[in-house]
Amino acid sequence: MVKLFLCITLLLVAAPAQAMHISEGILPLPWAVLWYALALPCVALGIHRLNALAKEDLSFKPLVGLMAAVVFIISCMPVPVPTAGTCSHPCGTGMAAILLGPWISSLIAAVALLLQALFLSHGGLSTWGANIFSMGVIGSIAGFFTFKGLRTMGVPLGLAAFFAGLQADWATYLATSVELASGIRGSEPFLPLLEKILLAFVPTQLPLGILEGAMTAGMVMLLYRKRPDILVKMRVLSAGEAAENG
Amino acid sequence: MARNTGKVHRVQRPGKTRKSLAVVILLPLVTFCLVPLTFCPSAFGAGRWTGVDESVVEKFASEQGREARDPLINTDQGDLLLFVFLLAGAVGGFAAGYSWRMLVEGKAKGSESTGKKSR
Repeated sequence: MVKLFLCITLLLVAAPAQAMHISEGILPLPWAVLWYALALPCVALGIHRLNALAKEDLSFKPLVGLMAAVVFIISCMPVPVPTAGTCSHPCGTGMAAILLGPWISSLIAAVALLLQALFLSHGGLSTWGANIFSMGVIGSIAGFFTFKGLRTMGVPLGLAAFFAGLQADWATYLATSVELASGIRGSEPFLPLLEKILLAFVPTQLPLGILEGAMTAGMVMLLYRKRPDILVKMRVLSAGEAAENG
Repeated sequence: MARNTGKVHRVQRPGKTRKSLAVVILLPLVTFCLVPLTFCPSAFGAGRWTGVDESVVEKFASEQGREARDPLINTDQGDLLLFVFLLAGAVGGFAAGYSWRMLVEGKAKGSESTGKKSR
């Protein structure tokens, strides 16, 4: 089964880059610098939080490794969206933010985006800051707070994870649209251009967000069944809820 | 003691774990991509399946006079990009599988040692 999983994953990954990251050279320099300035402090926070976590307990290491690999794979995996006839990809940052927190998730996204920009002609170095900010920072924050908010209201774990994945995906594309509209508008008014870009993303991203929600819920529920103790350590679950799982 | 044995047995079934992982990731993906295709044969027409980077990002940027540049290391040349994506997928897949095994077996080992201690 693992071989089958790997084969199908590879078949899906092995395709030309068709995705949503903002390509090299699209944003004017001042805008590119601004997004770098907003994204890098969040990545620095991620490094700080990861070091603190490593000092606290080394058993998180495989979870961080798993999330890094999952974010890298699914954020460069073009998924065909039959209703739109286009391809795009989920982000994975909602899943990482639920399990590791938004700052480590931003760091993971930054590393994945750097590798993609350098070797996969996917995104770009000048737009790395903008792509980190939309996928890493905004996607992670949206997913994390949606999950925490819904859990506070007593929503079941799987459902809260589903909506967190959905929100992370949609928030990423909203942020990408804002970055793009503000960077390329020239003398045109901002809002009409933003509206046009958002509407163009909708046929692809609306269903893809639902897929991302399903994948996020699946991963969280799988960890709930296999390693509820680690979810308790990461404050995803209370000890009482984990005990109910046996 | 009986409860401990039961727990170890549940965690030590890697086949079941792998099946669950595959179902969690693959089932939504395959359902999402393949099922609607049966109702949408026109999706296979020429020019379909462009990425939203091309059909949205670069299209709007081009309309506003901003063109995408070649990346620093341009692997988008012939089948080179396919090879690089395949390599990235293999390395990423290996890392994900290895980490998952560490995560689940770490728990199994922990349960085993707890079981031995209790005996």
